[in-house]
Amino acid sequence: MSVLDSTTTILASGVRLTVPLAFAACGEYVAERAGTMNISVEAMMLGAAFTSVATASATGSAAVGLAAGVATGLVLGFVHGNFSHRAQINAFVVGLVLNALVLGLTSYLITTNEFVSHQVGMVSIPLLQDIPLIGKPLFSVRWPAFLLFLLVPLTWWLVERSRWGLELRAVGENPQAADVTGIKVNMRRRQALLWCGALAGLGGAYLAVGEVGSFNQNMTAGRGYIVIAAVIFGAWRLGRTMLGCLVFGLSDAMRLALPALGVTLNAQLLVAAPYLLALLAMLLFTTQHREPAALGRPFERGST
Amino acid sequence: MSAASLTRGDETARRVLALLRPGPGGWIVAGLTVVLVAVAAGASALLLVLTGGSPSASAAAIWTGSLANATGWTTTLLNAAPLLLVAVGACICVSAGTFNIGQEGQVLIGGLTGAWVGLRLALPGPTLVVVVLIAAAVGGGAWAALSALMLRLRGVNIPVSTLLMTFLAIQLVTFAVSTPGLLQESAQGSSGIADAASNPVPANAQLGGFGQYPSVQLNVGLLIALVAAVGVAVVLNRSRWGFRVRMVGLNPLTARHTGIRVAALGGFALALSGAFAGLAGGLLLISPVGTNRLQAGLSDNFGWDGLLVALVARNRPLATIPVSLAFAVLRAGGDFLSATGVPYFLVDVVKALLVLAFVAPPVLVDLFRRRRGVTPQAAPAVSVVPTKVKAVV
Repeated sequence: MSVLDSTTTILASGVRLTVPLAFAACGEYVAERAGTMNISVEAMMLGAAFTSVATASATGSAAVGLAAGVATGLVLGFVHGNFSHRAQINAFVVGLVLNALVLGLTSYLITTNEFVSHQVGMVSIPLLQDIPLIGKPLFSVRWPAFLLFLLVPLTWWLVERSRWGLELRAVGENPQAADVTGIKVNMRRRQALLWCGALAGLGGAYLAVGEVGSFNQNMTAGRGYIVIAAVIFGAWRLGRTMLGCLVFGLSDAMRLALPALGVTLNAQLLVAAPYLLALLAMLLFTTQHREPAALGRPFERGST
Repeated sequence: MSAASLTRGDETARRVLALLRPGPGGWIVAGLTVVLVAVAAGASALLLVLTGGSPSASAAAIWTGSLANATGWTTTLLNAAPLLLVAVGACICVSAGTFNIGQEGQVLIGGLTGAWVGLRLALPGPTLVVVVLIAAAVGGGAWAALSALMLRLRGVNIPVSTLLMTFLAIQLVTFAVSTPGLLQESAQGSSGIADAASNPVPANAQLGGFGQYPSVQLNVGLLIALVAAVGVAVVLNRSRWGFRVRMVGLNPLTARHTGIRVAALGGFALALSGAFAGLAGGLLLISPVGTNRLQAGLSDNFGWDGLLVALVARNRPLATIPVSLAFAVLRAGGDFLSATGVPYFLVDVVKALLVLAFVAPPVLVDLFRRRRGVTPQAAPAVSVVPTKVKAVV
C-alpha cells in the first residue's frame, strides 16, 4: 500500500471517528455556553446508540433508528434539565447518576435482547470524491454525516446571531443580570440541554447505526468525556471545538492504524491525548476569560 | 424546665437523636425517600420481569451471595472497606465546597504507587503493609493535589479537572503494567494483551485475615475504614479545623472575611479526599478482593461507587458506614447473581436508581415549598453540594 493510500485510509477512519464527536460537541457547546457543564453527554450518546439499534432492528429502518436516537437524547436532556435546573440538584451529580444508569441499563438490556443489524447507507458525491487524499474521507461517507454541514452552521447561527442565542450567552455569563432583564434563566438552560440532547443523541445513533451497525456494551467508551474535552480544548468557540474533535478523531484513528502500519507509537499516550490536551488548553486559556463566567454554577433567584 | 436541669443523659439522648435526624427537610424527606426507594425497587423488579427474570429469585441470589453465610459476609465487608474510604474522603471535600469526581483515578494512582513501593522495597513483615498503604495514600493525595494546583494557578474548574485526570490515570496505569521492567521483572505479561498486570505484591505485603478462619477473611482494612469514618465525623463536627472546613463550604466569602485561607483549605480538603481514595486503592491491591496484582481494572468502579455512597449518605461521614455496607451487599450479591444467569449490570441499574431515590427527596421538598411561595426558614441545604464552589477562586 502506498503512503498516499494509507494516509487516505487513516484520514477516512479519522473522519468516521470524528463525526459522532462533532455532533455531540456541537450540542455540548450550546449547553456549556448556557452555563451547564453537562457530563451526561456520555449517557445521551450511549442511550441513543442503544435505542437507535433497537428501533432499527424493530422497524427495519436505520433512519427511524437515527430518529429514535435523537428522541432518546431529547428525553435525557429533558431529565437532566429538570433535575439540575428546575429541582437544582448539582449538575455533576445528575450527570454521574445518569451516566451510571444508562450504562447499567443498556449493558443489561443488550444481554437480554438480540438485535438485527442495520446500517444507514453510504453516499458518495461524484467528482468531489475523486479528489486525491481528502476526496474519499470527506465525500464518501454515511449520509447522516452530511447533516453536520447543516447543523454546525445552524448551531453557530443560533448561539451567535439569534436573539435566543444572545439570551443563552447572557445566561451563561451572568445569570443574575439576565434574570433582571426578564430572561427565564433556568428555562433557557433547559432548552440548551434539549439541543444538546438532540445532537448528542444524533452522535450516538450515528456511531451505532451509522458506523458500527450494532450495539455493544459501553460502545461509546468515554467519547462523551472526549466531547467535553473538545469543547474545553476549543476554548468555548464552535470552530475550534470542531477542530478539536477532528484532532481527537484523528488521534483515535492513528491509535488503530499505527500498529498495522508497523509504526510503534505509545498507544496509551494517544488514548490519553484528548484529556491531556484539554487540561493543557484549560491551563492556557481559562485566565483569558474565555470560559462562560457562570459555567457550572446553578442559578437560583435571590442567590448571589 | 431550666437548662441547668438537663442531665448528662438527656444531652446524650439529644445527640443520638440528632444523629438519627433525617437531614434538612425533616420527616417529609424521610417519608419521600422511603417511597422513592420502593419505586426504585419496583422499577428494577419490573425491568427483571419484562426481560424474563424472576425478582424473588434474584433477590434471594443477592441475599445468598452477600449476607446469608460467613463467606458472603466476608465478601461484603471486603467490598465495604474501600467504598467507605472513598466515601469518607468525598465527604471531607464536599464539606469544604470542593466537588471531587476523580476518585476512580485517585484509587488507581493509589494502587500504582502502592504497587511500586511494594515491589521495590524489601521490608520485613507487616512494615511493608504499612508502607504500601502510606504510599498509596500519598499517591492518591498528590494526584488530587494536581487538580487543586491547577485551580490555584489558572482557575481550572475542579470537577472538570478531576474528571479528566481520571482518564489520564487509567492510561498511566495501563502504561505502567504493560511496560516490561517497570512493575514486572520479566517481559512475559507484556504481550499487549488487554489484561496486562504487574507482578503480585510480595506475600508479606498482602493482607490476609485475622487468625486461622479460612472462610472469614476480615482484615485490618475494614478497621482502618471504620476508624476513618468515625474520626472524620468527629473532626468535621467537633474540631476547629472542621468548623473552618464547613464554613468554607457553606459561605466562602464569610470564611475569607474571618481570615480563613479559603483556597489553601479547599485545596487541602481535595488532597485529603484524594488520599482517602488512594488508600482505598492500596487496600484493593493488597486485600483479597482482587488478584494482588496491579491491573488497569483494579479500581473496578470502586471510585465511582464510593462517590455515589457519599451522595446517598448526603455527605455525613457516619451515614456512609451503613450506606457503604448496602452498596457492598449489592456488589457481593451481584457477583453471585450473575452466576445464576441474570447479568451483573442489573445491579448497576439498581444502584443508580437508589442514588436518585436518596438524592431527589430533599430537593423535591424544597421545590414544592418554592412553588407554594414559602421561603424556607433556615435556608436548608438544597443542593447536595454547596453551590458557591467557584466563588472560592
